[in-house]
Amino acid sequence: MENTGREKTLWTIALVLVLIFALIPVLWIISLSFKTPATITDQSFIPTEFSFENYESLFKGGISESPFIKPLINSLGIALITTFISIILASFAAYAIARLDFPGRSVMLAGALAIAMFPPISTVGPLFDMWRALGLYDTWPGLIIPYLTFSLPLAIYTLVAFFREIPWDLEKAAQVDGATPFQAFRKVIVPLAAPGMFTAAILVFIFAWNDFLFAISLTSSDASRTVPAALAFFTGDSTFTQPTGSIAAAAVIVTVPIIIFVLLFQRRIVAGLTSGAVKG
Amino acid sequence: MTDRARSERRLGWLLCAPAAIAMLAVTAYPIGYAFVLSLQRVDLRFPEESGFVGFDNYSAVLSSDLWWTDLFNTIFLSVISVSIELCLGMAIALVMHRAIFGRGVVRTSVLIPYGIVTVVAAFSWQFAFAPDTGFVNQLPLIADDKDWFGERFSAFSVIIMAEVWKTTPFMALLLLAGLTTIDDGLYSAAKVDGASAWQRFTRITLPLMKPAILVALLFRTLDAFRIFDTIFIMTGGAQDTQSVSILGYQQLISRLNLGLGSAVSVLIFLCVLVIAVIFVKGLGARQPESGRA
Repeated sequence: MENTGREKTLWTIALVLVLIFALIPVLWIISLSFKTPATITDQSFIPTEFSFENYESLFKGGISESPFIKPLINSLGIALITTFISIILASFAAYAIARLDFPGRSVMLAGALAIAMFPPISTVGPLFDMWRALGLYDTWPGLIIPYLTFSLPLAIYTLVAFFREIPWDLEKAAQVDGATPFQAFRKVIVPLAAPGMFTAAILVFIFAWNDFLFAISLTSSDASRTVPAALAFFTGDSTFTQPTGSIAAAAVIVTVPIIIFVLLFQRRIVAGLTSGAVKG
Repeated sequence: MTDRARSERRLGWLLCAPAAIAMLAVTAYPIGYAFVLSLQRVDLRFPEESGFVGFDNYSAVLSSDLWWTDLFNTIFLSVISVSIELCLGMAIALVMHRAIFGRGVVRTSVLIPYGIVTVVAAFSWQFAFAPDTGFVNQLPLIADDKDWFGERFSAFSVIIMAEVWKTTPFMALLLLAGLTTIDDGLYSAAKVDGASAWQRFTRITLPLMKPAILVALLFRTLDAFRIFDTIFIMTGGAQDTQSVSILGYQQLISRLNLGLGSAVSVLIFLCVLVIAVIFVKGLGARQPESGRA
């Protein structure tokens, strides 16, 4: 490609525009979170007065009174447990699909794909009814179970793609040396598969962290309400104050760590998101 | 069949079983249950009036203006946002694929929206456009008192922008995956033959990427059809901006009318099924082996 000076300038402008568009909502919510109650409606993109008031109000009163601490714990706990179980189950299935010859392989892949397309709203009503009967309504497992269901296809497709790249001769070598298929899996393949599993784990975590529909439908209190759902129910300090500042501060706390994490592992995430799509 | 093949087959089923059960337990069973509920009058506010009503719930939903308005909204939002995403996503994918410099910058910008919780992004855009807190109305050429969420189509435009912002990355990455499978030799050959950049794009890139584009469109269309979070946060469905998912939520969870809500759920499921079948047919006709990709 010819690389004249003009082309380079245009290119740089395009890149800067893309970056700005990507960053605006993030910078804006950070800016809002540092504004004081008096200036929150000043409509300026950059805060004129900085304060940590919004952050302090989120944690005021400790775990029993803060509107934010319990949902944060719920979000972290539920997303981590979902990720852990989902990756274990998906690894088993992905290994079988990538490596073993058995009838039902393609059914499993097609089934996972069908689940990935399934509209979650169609299960919300029945789950609401079932969970109340089973005592799972407004509990951690009540959210973990649907998250597992809808994250498994993502995890399976990502892992199958990664598992197909692994040098499987090593496994054969282990089997020649007398290892059973399961031993070969555990001792040889798991260490080799760890990077792929890590990538899949990031994707599943982000999925569970992001969910809103199940979180507002299957919970009713801070016992299990996650941050996205809690944000929708935030109220101001009094009936006359808008909760804008607290929402912004809470949003920053749940967003910035994930963005840093995503950017640290960006190559992996791009590989994970793209691999499953073409090779599945 | 040898013992080895038999044990391999058993191991395969054993390893897949937990994932299969976990996936079916919360989809196949509930959709069946939703169908059963949809044939009954089940309103948790009036539990004593429950009973079998046949397809009454369906005729109630299908004869209401609300369902058709919401279906129109959902299709409208899906078509517009997915079209914009396809163009933007294609541009970004080409840049990421061909870029001489700045590839890292694009990848970084693309992943920021991906990492953000949809609800948070929706709040951020809502606060940005809100007439009392937002900076948007301070920009030149925009009326200071424009009430973006007070009117249907201006609310739609903000909703579409938020959706495009959040999901273009995914589209771009799927298309990038398709781009990397094209043999570079084809471009050099076309260049030698004097094909312009545009000709190379329309004659080589687009036809070869057709399967990748269809897969990306399928995923994004179905995802867009489920739109819920952004609308819930931004307008709550006011000004006729409801999607079918919001309608389902309101019937099921806000009004506790499980019968009517389940009928909506089943209808949404059927819509999704129809969209999926159309896309899979389009894929399968040309590329049999990628039909299940």
